[in-house]
Amino acid sequence: MGQVAGKSSVMMEIRTPKTHKAKRVLEKRAPKLVENGKKTLILHGTKTSATVSSVLMELYRLKKGGAIKYSRRNENIRPFESGGETSLEFFSLKTDCSIFVYGSHSKKRPDNLVLGRMYDHHVYDLIEVGIENFKSLLSFSYDKKIAPHEGSKPFICFTGEGFENVQELKQLKEVLTDLFRGEVVENLNLTGLDRAYICTAVSPAKVFLTHCAIKLKKSGTIVPRIELVEVGPSMDLVIRRNRFPNEGLRKEAMKSSKDKPKKKVKNVDQDDVLGKLGRVYIPEQEVGKIPLPDKSKGVKRERREGKVKKNKEEGSASKKLKESE
Amino acid sequence: DMDMETDQIYQIDVGNLLAFNPNHRFSSAPSSREELVKECVTEGTKLVQAIADTLFNLPSTETNDGPLVQLPPPTTKLPREKHLPRPKPPTKWEEFALKKGIQKRKKDKIVYDETTDKFKRRHGYDRVNDDNDIPIIEAKASDEPGEDPFAKRLDDKKKRVGKQEKNRLENLKTAAKAGALPSHVQLAVTGLPISGTKTQPKKIGKEALGDVAGLAATSTASGGKFDKKLPGEKPPKKQGKHHKYLPVVPRYGWVDEEKEQTNKVLGKLLSKHSHEILNVGKAINMYNDKKEKKKSGRSDKLKAKKDITKKKPYANKAN
Repeated sequence: MGQVAGKSSVMMEIRTPKTHKAKRVLEKRAPKLVENGKKTLILHGTKTSATVSSVLMELYRLKKGGAIKYSRRNENIRPFESGGETSLEFFSLKTDCSIFVYGSHSKKRPDNLVLGRMYDHHVYDLIEVGIENFKSLLSFSYDKKIAPHEGSKPFICFTGEGFENVQELKQLKEVLTDLFRGEVVENLNLTGLDRAYICTAVSPAKVFLTHCAIKLKKSGTIVPRIELVEVGPSMDLVIRRNRFPNEGLRKEAMKSSKDKPKKKVKNVDQDDVLGKLGRVYIPEQEVGKIPLPDKSKGVKRERREGKVKKNKEEGSASKKLKESE
Repeated sequence: DMDMETDQIYQIDVGNLLAFNPNHRFSSAPSSREELVKECVTEGTKLVQAIADTLFNLPSTETNDGPLVQLPPPTTKLPREKHLPRPKPPTKWEEFALKKGIQKRKKDKIVYDETTDKFKRRHGYDRVNDDNDIPIIEAKASDEPGEDPFAKRLDDKKKRVGKQEKNRLENLKTAAKAGALPSHVQLAVTGLPISGTKTQPKKIGKEALGDVAGLAATSTASGGKFDKKLPGEKPPKKQGKHHKYLPVVPRYGWVDEEKEQTNKVLGKLLSKHSHEILNVGKAINMYNDKKEKKKSGRSDKLKAKKDITKKKPYANKAN
């Protein structure tokens, strides 16, 4: 598009995508009423330990299709510091990811994982956990037939009163739900249910997380008997720091279009016998004050209707002639 | 002995396949890790079973891949990832149309053309009322002599198009202000206006900017060597003559580059086609000239022009 000088005489350019593919990508990423599933960005910081690298790798494998993993070190990302989030926000904008998992390792915070979410590509909330007792999925041995398929919708289970009473655990519950749930689907194929994430609050500051495959066993009823087999990875998450979302931002983010209460329609009643009833109010007629009808020639109904008909004929003239041909 | 029955109701969200048991607590510290894991998995199984109970009882349709159920919408509220789409403010034309009560009319693709008594398309190749097809424009009394009406038509069209673009930009600006720019459009500021003029400042390219920066740098006392670089600014390209000096002592195991270089030149000179590369006559002349210059000890330019009228005494003839 060309450059045009607007009223304020600042040179502005209208940029539209030159290819259909680019246009489709932009439309996919635009804010919508019903959103796409959140994508996850996995990256690591200046230093990582073997545990952290494997956790990040396995998390990426679990979320294949809805996650992007960066392999380089990111030294300038510090989620909890005020200036250290700009890189994260930039990546989030470029990859259209709204959840990120940032792994790092230091003496003060060994095997550290920061789970964060974005709203409009700005940091919404953060929670930092330490990984303990990590067991990689390679160390679990099980019958390969029950191995969960990539991209299947998981069951997510939370056990423990801590998830209700402790604010940090409540936040972790929400973040883990967001992280694991994937796309919101309307139709589900029951044969495709093959994985479950189990999170148990072992103490007010520690959560045990494991990933299991589902075995459906025959039972007498339509509902099969569920059996869970651990396939890994499994780890203990120890709550470290966190940042709750800003209250105003939270309210805005939780808004959905259906929130507006339906306006009560006046003068309409529902009756069980008669159905929908309406009430009509007729104002009192003051016979002496009623204006007399306009009987001028041009306003007469026949004339008006005739005019409308004529316009219609002219408008569809081309169509008629085409038909006559 | 009466045991207090814990509330066995789980919080189940079928739409998300999510279940939460808020009433569990570890009655005693688990003896080992295996015990802990076992208890967690058992509790998890109970929860998954509870979800499955509801799930498998939903009305299902049989498909080729298996039974398909329609999940209810999720009940857990999770934050959105982007803001709700904002309503687009009406454009200037839309406001005007609303005020005047103008309705949108669907236009036909094929229109009847009176001049040729045919049906032609409205836009595109061989269209109705094409500007290029007008053979004669009759002169009106108001027309100035010497004015080209065809050029005037083109000019008018350009003006109309320009006005429309301006209006379109204004509409997009108001939409951008309300935060409701259409997703495929971006408004970018390209240049700062020069006060007092309406001219559009020319865009400077990347290389030109770099050159200008280099020039500015050399105007400093130290030639721009110690100037602080802006982030993203590349170091100046090497200025002056570009020499490539080959290493004097070749590296162990590496090819002697100097030797290679001279061999290459020799090879070319002594080859069959050397007359194509080397102009022998010119080379001889150059050699002779050089020899003579060396003899005289002065360069050609500084040498005073020989005055042929003066006769040189044959002083050195004996040598």
